[in-house]
Amino acid sequence: MNQTPKPNSFRSGPDEDGRFGIFGGRFVAETLMPLILDLQGEWEKAKNDPTFQQELAELGAHYIGRPSPLYFAERLTEHLGGARIYFKREELNHTGSHKINNCIGQILLAKRMGKTRIIAETGAGQHGVASATVAARFGFPCVVYMGATDVERQAPNVFRMKLLGAEVKPVTAGNGTLKDAMNEALRDWVTNVENTYYLIGTAAGPHPYPELVRDFQSVIGKEAREQILEAEGRLPDMVVAAVGGGSNAIGIFHPFLDDEGVQIVGVEAGGRGLQGVEHCASITAGSPGVLHGNRTYLLQDHDGQILEGHSVSAGLDYPGIGPEHSWLHDIGRAEYVPIMDQEALDAFQVLTRLEGIIPALEPSHALAEVIKRAPKMRKDQIILMNLSGRGDKDIFTVAKILGMDM
Amino acid sequence: MTVRMDNRFAALKAEGRPALVTYFMGGDPDFDTSLGIMKALPGAGADIIELGMPFSDPMADGPVIQMAGQRALKAGQTLARTLDLAREFRKGDNETPVVMMGYYNPIYVYGVEKFLDDALAAGIDGLIIVDLPPEMDDELCIPALKKGINFIRLATPTTDDKRLPAVLKNTSGFVYYVSMTGITGSALPDPSLVSGAVNRIKGHTGLPVCVGFGVKTADHAKAIGAAADGVVVGTAIVAQIAGSLTKDGAAGPDTVASVATLVKGLATGVRAARLVAAE
Repeated sequence: MNQTPKPNSFRSGPDEDGRFGIFGGRFVAETLMPLILDLQGEWEKAKNDPTFQQELAELGAHYIGRPSPLYFAERLTEHLGGARIYFKREELNHTGSHKINNCIGQILLAKRMGKTRIIAETGAGQHGVASATVAARFGFPCVVYMGATDVERQAPNVFRMKLLGAEVKPVTAGNGTLKDAMNEALRDWVTNVENTYYLIGTAAGPHPYPELVRDFQSVIGKEAREQILEAEGRLPDMVVAAVGGGSNAIGIFHPFLDDEGVQIVGVEAGGRGLQGVEHCASITAGSPGVLHGNRTYLLQDHDGQILEGHSVSAGLDYPGIGPEHSWLHDIGRAEYVPIMDQEALDAFQVLTRLEGIIPALEPSHALAEVIKRAPKMRKDQIILMNLSGRGDKDIFTVAKILGMDM
Repeated sequence: MTVRMDNRFAALKAEGRPALVTYFMGGDPDFDTSLGIMKALPGAGADIIELGMPFSDPMADGPVIQMAGQRALKAGQTLARTLDLAREFRKGDNETPVVMMGYYNPIYVYGVEKFLDDALAAGIDGLIIVDLPPEMDDELCIPALKKGINFIRLATPTTDDKRLPAVLKNTSGFVYYVSMTGITGSALPDPSLVSGAVNRIKGHTGLPVCVGFGVKTADHAKAIGAAADGVVVGTAIVAQIAGSLTKDGAAGPDTVASVATLVKGLATGVRAARLVAAE
């Protein structure tokens, strides 16, 4: 797996076929191929079009609320007694997470391509809400596929999507989680390929999605890099983010990949432990395979059948991971570690009490890793963590687990 | 092996009729019953067999074939067992071409070289892999062709003239024209549109063109068969199997027989299509 020589830059991928080393690619039905090639062509043009970039920047500033603040978590730092901890506060974005960065970018692409209908998949509902939001803003009809299990555990987001005018279609196939929603969205797309734009929510799927989603999310890392230089006069020692499909993580990681002194840590959902199948730690406990248009690390059995993972956090409940993460793992540029459900829940409460910030359960995983590492680091060292979403959507889940009556 | 496929299409051309290509899911509802179905197909009039390889996440399939895959996996079907099915079938039939159809991941995990060797040994003649477009030819298509296994490509209404040459370049055996954009089991397309599309593809290749998606009855088979070198029937057969099962999903008393009856009807349709001349 490690034949790939170390590149001069870690930021030059993917190649023209959408490969990051052996990962990525375009594993899709022929029906979708022409459209995917069109999308790639349109993306190449848009990338270098000042009008497109300006529109993106303006919507970023006035609609999303960018740049998001970089916040020094003083009390948490004191409490842990080690490295200085900074949060990139993506949870303050419009719609409550980093997902909107990508949705604004892709809806502008859909508009350029003359598409008239938007479909999306969603796990926690954050991407569904962000998709429904931009669809409303730009006047597109929008269908969101969501696993039936997730519909149940993320009721507030389902209601938000409906308010925004989207149609939420519950998917009962499989375990009714993110992977099943993605299958159903792909089936819709194959059927309605002429007029429909598939707004993928994470840095995975067939090329060019992993690249374009990363580029739209890289605004996180670009801002954070400037902000930390301004605040501390130097780069952080470590950047930490939670990884499901991995869009918030690649967004904050990517601008730091060529900064040699910056350690990169991705945090996977360890669920109830890695021994069985009740986790979503694709890199830590999975193996390379092909699903949803790309080759990447997957949770699968010896016959190549995809397993249903488990995580307390619906947003991390996916048996795969973006292909660029798989590559960064294989070449050793980034480290991926698991955090268990309980550790994430504990971290969730620590942050709420110490900083007055209710984080989503997804970044609570990243936080749990920060809580482990910071005390072992020197007081002059710096950790930058992506606080990718707010926890309002998770309060019902957490209340249930903590045995509180709402 | 490619010779069984070539012989079969040559014989059909001499007969002046299109092929009946029948799909079923390997291991649905269990290994033995699906072996019974496979063995019954040639006698019922199937000219080519598509042997479905179950996959947990069949992204281009409708609910009927999704559920067949789930039944098969639940009954313990694996890629190795699907190869066993073909091997058992070949003990009694060395003429009917068998094409394995499914998704790439189980093959990738099995190991491409080992899979191709085992498939060849099991008497497999071709592969249809839904999620391997020409852009991914190095993965399996080229290695398969080198070993002498046909790689049958899907062409769709979105495959325009600019793209067709790339799609046809490494295709062998036949071309599978998916007559509409959509998942398996969708409605029947307009036969007049189908004949236009078949002619468009024939402008780029000398390979036989078989048409699928939406064919459910003998009349459909007749209408589509008038325009094509072969008619692919999948969902209708799988639905017939599903309908014959007991409440808890086990094989019913007439599962094999009812499939044979359906295929006999479809074969009548195909034989009535009567191509004036194959070219």
